Amino acid sequence: MEPEDQDSKAVATLDPGPDKVIGPGHDYGTVTDEIGGVVFRPFLKTPPQMFIGFACAFLLVNLFIVAVTWLFVRGVGIWGIVIPVAWGFAIVNFVWWIGIGHAGTLISAILLLLKQDWRTSINRFSEAMTLFAVACAGMFPILHLGRPWLAYWLLPYPNTMWLWPQPRSPLIWDVFAVSTYATVSFIFWFTGLIPDFATMRDKAGNPIAQKIFGVLAMGWRSSARHWARYQKAYLLLAGLSTPLVVSVHSVVSFDFAVAILPGWHTTIFPPYFVAGAIYSGFAMVLTLAIPVRRWYHLEDLITMRHIECMSKVMLGTGLIVAYGYAMEAFMAWYSVDQFERYAFVNRMWAGGYWWTYWVLILCNIIIPQLLWSRRVRMSVPAVFVIALVVNVGMWLERFVIVVTSLTRDFVPSSWGMYYPTVWDWSTYAGTIGVFLALMFLFVRGLPAISIFEMREVVHETDATHAHGD
Amino acid sequence: MPPVVKRDEAVYWRSLEELANTDEFRTFVEDEFPNRTPDWNDPASRRRFLRVMGASVALAGASACTKQPKETIVPYVRQPEELIPGKPLFYATAMSVAGIATGVLVESHLGRPTKIEGNPEHPASLGATDAAMQASVLTLYDPDRSQNVTYDGNVNVWPGFVNALTTARDEAAHKKGAGFRILTGTVTSPTLAKQINDFLTAFPQAKWHQYDPCGRHSARAGAISAFGSPLNTIYRFDRADVIVSLDADFLCSTVPGNLRYTRDYSARRRAAAENSTVAPPRLYITENAPSVTGSMADHHFRLPAAGVAGFAAELARGGSNTVFKDLDAHRGAGIVIAGEHQAPQVHAIAHAINQMLGNTGKTVIYTDPIEANPVDEIASIGELVQDMRNGAVETLLIFGGNPVYDAPADLNFLDALKKVKLRAHLGLYSNETAAWCHWHVPEAHYLESWSDARAYNGTAGIVQPLIMPLYGGKSAHEMMNILLDQADQTAHETVRAYWETQHKGADFDDFWQISLHDGVVAGTEFPEKIPPTAKMPVASAPASAASGLEIVFRPDPSVGDGAMSNNAWLQEMPKPQNKMTWDNAVWISSKSADRYGVTTGDMVEIEVGGRRVEGPIWIMAGQADESLTVHFGYGRTRAGSVANGVGFDAYALRTTEALWQNTGASITRKSHGYKFATTQHTQTMEERDPFRAATFAEFHKNPQFARPEEKRVSNDTTLFPQWPYNQHKWGMSIDLNSCTGCHACTIACQAENNISVVGKEEVAKGRHMNWLRVDRYFQGPPEDPEIYFQPVPCMHCENALCELVCPVAATVHSAEGLNEMVYNRCVGTRYCSNNCPYKVRRFNFFLYADWDTQSLFGVRNPDVSVRSRGVMEKCSYCVQRINGAKIEAEKQDRPVKDGEIVTACQQACPAEAIVFGDLNDPNSRVAKLKRQQRDYGLLEELNTRPRTTYLARLNNPNPDLEKG
Repeated sequence: MEPEDQDSKAVATLDPGPDKVIGPGHDYGTVTDEIGGVVFRPFLKTPPQMFIGFACAFLLVNLFIVAVTWLFVRGVGIWGIVIPVAWGFAIVNFVWWIGIGHAGTLISAILLLLKQDWRTSINRFSEAMTLFAVACAGMFPILHLGRPWLAYWLLPYPNTMWLWPQPRSPLIWDVFAVSTYATVSFIFWFTGLIPDFATMRDKAGNPIAQKIFGVLAMGWRSSARHWARYQKAYLLLAGLSTPLVVSVHSVVSFDFAVAILPGWHTTIFPPYFVAGAIYSGFAMVLTLAIPVRRWYHLEDLITMRHIECMSKVMLGTGLIVAYGYAMEAFMAWYSVDQFERYAFVNRMWAGGYWWTYWVLILCNIIIPQLLWSRRVRMSVPAVFVIALVVNVGMWLERFVIVVTSLTRDFVPSSWGMYYPTVWDWSTYAGTIGVFLALMFLFVRGLPAISIFEMREVVHETDATHAHGD
Repeated sequence: MPPVVKRDEAVYWRSLEELANTDEFRTFVEDEFPNRTPDWNDPASRRRFLRVMGASVALAGASACTKQPKETIVPYVRQPEELIPGKPLFYATAMSVAGIATGVLVESHLGRPTKIEGNPEHPASLGATDAAMQASVLTLYDPDRSQNVTYDGNVNVWPGFVNALTTARDEAAHKKGAGFRILTGTVTSPTLAKQINDFLTAFPQAKWHQYDPCGRHSARAGAISAFGSPLNTIYRFDRADVIVSLDADFLCSTVPGNLRYTRDYSARRRAAAENSTVAPPRLYITENAPSVTGSMADHHFRLPAAGVAGFAAELARGGSNTVFKDLDAHRGAGIVIAGEHQAPQVHAIAHAINQMLGNTGKTVIYTDPIEANPVDEIASIGELVQDMRNGAVETLLIFGGNPVYDAPADLNFLDALKKVKLRAHLGLYSNETAAWCHWHVPEAHYLESWSDARAYNGTAGIVQPLIMPLYGGKSAHEMMNILLDQADQTAHETVRAYWETQHKGADFDDFWQISLHDGVVAGTEFPEKIPPTAKMPVASAPASAASGLEIVFRPDPSVGDGAMSNNAWLQEMPKPQNKMTWDNAVWISSKSADRYGVTTGDMVEIEVGGRRVEGPIWIMAGQADESLTVHFGYGRTRAGSVANGVGFDAYALRTTEALWQNTGASITRKSHGYKFATTQHTQTMEERDPFRAATFAEFHKNPQFARPEEKRVSNDTTLFPQWPYNQHKWGMSIDLNSCTGCHACTIACQAENNISVVGKEEVAKGRHMNWLRVDRYFQGPPEDPEIYFQPVPCMHCENALCELVCPVAATVHSAEGLNEMVYNRCVGTRYCSNNCPYKVRRFNFFLYADWDTQSLFGVRNPDVSVRSRGVMEKCSYCVQRINGAKIEAEKQDRPVKDGEIVTACQQACPAEAIVFGDLNDPNSRVAKLKRQQRDYGLLEELNTRPRTTYLARLNNPNPDLEKG
C-alpha cells in the first residue's frame, strides 16, 4: 500500500481497523513526525480544505463582531426576546456550547483515570475543543445582559458598598462553575502540552517557531525528575477535572431546575443535562475529528477504534438522554399537576413550537439508534452524519427546554411566542465561526494529537508485539 | 500677624500661618476635612495641622482659597405660598370632554403639573378619574402641539390675529353681524355662553353653531321627543335593583357622569357582596359589541344595534317579558337607560318606561339641560355647511374642534369651508381643520386656562390654570373678548367678572377662593325637575329587513372621538375588549366572518352608502352577527407624529342620517396579513382559574368557593424562619366584583411612574411597559361569552420568586413586605421575569424612555426614577407615596392613618376596586377586605404568599332566564 501523499513522512496512513489504536510500523520518530508534520508542513502545502474552512470560519467571526457591536449599540432588544420569553438563543447557545465542552474533559480526565487506551490520540484535540467551546459559551452570559458593561457585578469583589452577588441565584453558581471549568481545563490542557512544546521546540525549522515553542515549553528537558513531577501533576489535574464533568453541567442545569417554571422545575435535570452534555460533546468531537483525520491523513493515529468507541459512548449517553425525556414526560403526567401536564401538552402538540419537539426526538433518539449496527459504526460517513444530527438535536433540546417552557406558563394572559431575529442567528453563527476559527488555528499551530502520549502507545503496542504476535 | 497682602487682583500670603487666619481658608478646611479641623485658636494645634496637611492643602487649591467660582443662588423674594421645593401642591380644576366637565385635582411639582387625580369633592367622580383624564397631562407637554399663531401657514403673532379679527368684526358690525359665524363644541361654560350671547346681542345677524362629533345628540333629541324639551337625565345606580341598559355603556368613559355611575354601581355591588341583607343589583344589557358595561352585566342580549329599538318596544309592551317582570317587581328601584348611540325613539321609550314604573325622581332624575344653549348639533352644523356653501358665511371662527376631520361625511364640510373668506381656528394642534384655515391660534390646554364648565348634574366648577401657557396659547374667552371689544381683558378677569355677577355681595373674594379651592362652586347643582308625562313614541314600522351588514360607529375606547389621538399613552392603552393598541379595526362576529369569507388580519374595504374606507378585520368574541363595529379617532393625517397614519378614518363613513349606525354595508377583502399589536394573545382562561366567579346563590351555599382546600398552602410550608412584619405590612385587595375593566388604573400608573411608551412594533412583540395590566378573559361560548377583567399588578410575594434568582440582588424585600426593584443595580439577566409566575415584570429591551424631547421632561414625576436600557421594572406599590406618607407622619409624630397612602391605581379607580393599606392594622379597609370569604390569591398554591389578593366576582342572574 502506498501512502497517498508522496511528501508525507508518515510510514503508513491506512486505518489499521477497529481493534488497534495505532497503525502498524510506527516508532517514536514516525509518530513525532506525523503529528509534528501537520504543524511544520510548509504553508502552501496546507490542504486546501483547511484554507476554505478557515475562510468560512473567519467570515463568521466577522459576522459575530458586527452582531455583537450592534448588540452593544442598540441593546438586547435586537434579539427576539420578549416578555414572557426573556431567554432565547443566547441561553440556548450558552448551554449548548458548555455541553459540548464536556466531552473533552471526560476524554482527558475520566478516560485517563479509567485507563482507556483509546483516549490518547483524541484527548488533546477534544480538550482544545472544550476550551474553545467554553470560550464561546462564556460570551453569552455577558452578551445577553441588559447592561453588559456591568457584568463584573456578578463577581464577588470587595467594594465600598459591601455589596456582594446574591448567592442563592443559580446564575452566580454558574459564574463559579464555568470559570472554574475554564480555568482548570486550560491548565490541564496546557500542562499536557508542555512536553510537546518541547518536542516542537526541538524540531522547529525556523528560529521564530523555536523561540515561541521554547517559551511555551517552560524549560522542559524531559529529565526523569521532570517526568516524575509531571505524572503527578497530570494525575492531580485529571482528578480535579473529573468532578467538573458532572458538576459544571449540573450547575448549569440548576439555572432551570431551581426556577418554578413548569418544564424547568424538575430534579432530573442535573443527570439529564450531564448525559446530554457528554452526548453532544462526543458528537462534536466526531464532527471535528473525522474531517481533520481525513485531510491530514491521520487515520492511523485516530483509528476506527476511536471512531467506534466514541460512537458507542454517543449511543450510550443517547439512551440515557432518551430515558430522561421519557421520565420527564411520565413525571409530568404522574404529578397530576395541571401546570406540569400542560407544559408537556404545550411542548408536544398545543404550542407554537410543537414541531421542534418531534424533530428533537428524531434527531436525538431515533436516528442515533442506527449506531447499534456495527456496519453503521464502521462507516465513517454515516457516523459523521449521525454526529451532526446529534449536534442539531442537542441544540433543539435546549431550545425546547428554554423557549417552549417560557412561551406558556401559569397565567394564560401572559402567553406569548418567541421569534428569533436575524441577529439571534448571526450571533449564533458567529460563535460557531469563532469556535471553528480557533480550532483551525489550533490544528495549524499546535500538535493536535499528544505526541508524547502517542509515543507511550507505540511503546505499549511494541511491548505487546514483542510479547504476543 | 501682618495682614494678607493684596497685589493687583491676586491675593498672596506669606506663610501658611498667615493663611490660616483668613476666614475663607478656615471654611475651606472645614469643608474639606470635616472631622479634622484644628482648634484655630490654639497655635500649637494649628501649626501641627498645617504641618501635617501642608502639601495637600496647597495642592487642594488653598492658594485660591475657594473651591469653585462664586455663584449667586437667588431664593424666592416672594415665595409662592406653601411652595416647598420637592413637595407637590394640589390644585383643583376641571377637565371637559365634549363640553361636560369632571373635577380634578392636579399635582404640581415646582409649578409644573405632573399628575391628574380626581377631586373627592366633585359629584361627577367623587375622586376618580378615567384613562383620558389621566392621559391629559401628557397632551399638555406634547411636542406636537401648535406653538405659534400662523397665518396661511406662516408664523405670525397674536396682535396680528387680534388686528385681523377686529377688522373682520368691524366689517361685520355694519351688517349687524351677517356672515359672521362661530363654531364651538358643546358649551356648558356659563362664562363662554354669556360672552357669546353678549356678542350675538350686539351682532344679531351673527350665528353660533355647536358641534361635537360624539356629543349627546340622541339623548337630547330623545328628551325632546318624550318631554318636549331637552331635559338632562342623571341616574342613581346606587339605588337601583334592576338596570336595563339599551345599548348604554354607562360605565365607560364616553358617557358623562360615568365615573359617578361606576362608583355608585360598584358600591351597590360591594354592599350586596359583603352583606347578605343588601339585595344585589341585576344588570341586563342589549348591545351589538362587547363593552365595559357589558362585562358587568348578568344577562346579555346580543343584538345588532338596529334591533335594540325592537327590544325596547317589546319591553315597553310589558306583559310576560321576563325583563319587564323583573323591572316591574322593583318599581321605583329600576333604571332603563338608553345608550347615546341609539335612536331618539329608544331614548323616548326608556323615559316612558321609567316614568311608568315610578323610577322617575328616585333612580332617574331629570334636571335642566346642562348645555348653556342646547341645540340639535347635527342640524346646527348642517345649517353652517349650507350657509357656507351658499356663500353666506364671510368669517368663521372655530373654537377647538376638527370639523374637517369629524363632521358627518355627507356634509362635505371641507368643500363648503373653502368658500369662507376668513377662517380662523383655535386649537391645541394645527390639525386637519387648521390646515384649511387662514389663521390658526394655539389653544391653551385646560391646565393652562381660566374657564368654567358644568358637570353631568349641572354642578359648576372653575377651571384654573396650573402653569402659564407653554406656547402662548389662548382660550376661547380671549377670542371672544376680541369680538366684544375688550381684547386686553384676560380670561381670568372675564371668568371672575362673570362669577361676580352670579355671587353678588361683599364676600365674593371668599366665595371665589373657596370655589377655586374646592373645585366646585357650591350650590350650583341643578335642582331636580319633575318632567311632564313622557310621550311614548308611535311604534314605527319595523325597518325592512336590512340587506347587507349593519355598521355601527362608536367613539374609541382609548382615544375617544379623536381629539386626543396624538396622546401616546392612550394610543398604547389596550382597548378593554380585545387588548388592541395603536390601531382601530373592523369588529365582526366569528359566524359572520365565516359567512363573508374574512378572518382577523384581512384588510377589507367597507362600503356603505357609496362611501368607502379600508380597514383591518378583527373577529370579536361576543359581537352580534351581521353587525360590524368601527371606532372613531383614527386615520388622522395632521394629528402629530404619534397619530398620523395610524388606523383608518371611520368618520368618512358617517352621515347625518346615520350618525351611529347604518345598514347596507358590504365588505370586500383586499389583502391579508395585517399585523395587530395586542398586549394579550390568549383569549380564555385555558382551563385555569385566575379569575373566579360565582352566582350569589352559589356563594351563599358555598362561601369558600373562591378558595378551595386544594389551593391553600399553610404558612408553615417553608424551610426558612418567618419574617415578623412588626411595623407596617403593606397589602392590596382588588375587588373583581367591582372592576369594570376601564383601564384608568393602567394609565394612572403610567403617569405616576414615568412608564415609557414603546410603539406598535414593540407592543406586537410583547414588550409593552405598563406595570399594571388588566387581563381580559372570555368564558363561555364565543358568540356570547362572559367577559372578565382582572387587574394584575406586582403581587409583592412574601416568598418572592424573583428575589431568589437575581444574581446581583437587584430585587430585594423590604421589612414592610414590599418587593423592591433597585434599578441601578440591575444588570438585566431577566431571570426574575422568567421566574415570576405572574409575569408582572417589564424589561427595557431598548432605551424606551425618551431622554431627548425637552418638552416631555415636564410631565415626569420627579419622585420616580426614569429607567434606562437594560433594566427591569415593575409595580412598586407606589413606594414613593408610601415613603411620602411615612415621612409626613413621622414629622407630625403620629402613625400613618389608614387611607393616607393611596396608590395611583387605587386613586384613579372609579369603582374603588383597588384598596391598599396596612395589614397589621386590623381595622384598615384592606385588612377587612382580606378577611372576606371571597378573598383569594392568584396562584397562591405555589406558596408565593402574594400580598395582592383578589375578591371573587359575584353574578346575579335571573333564575327565570334560561341562561345566566
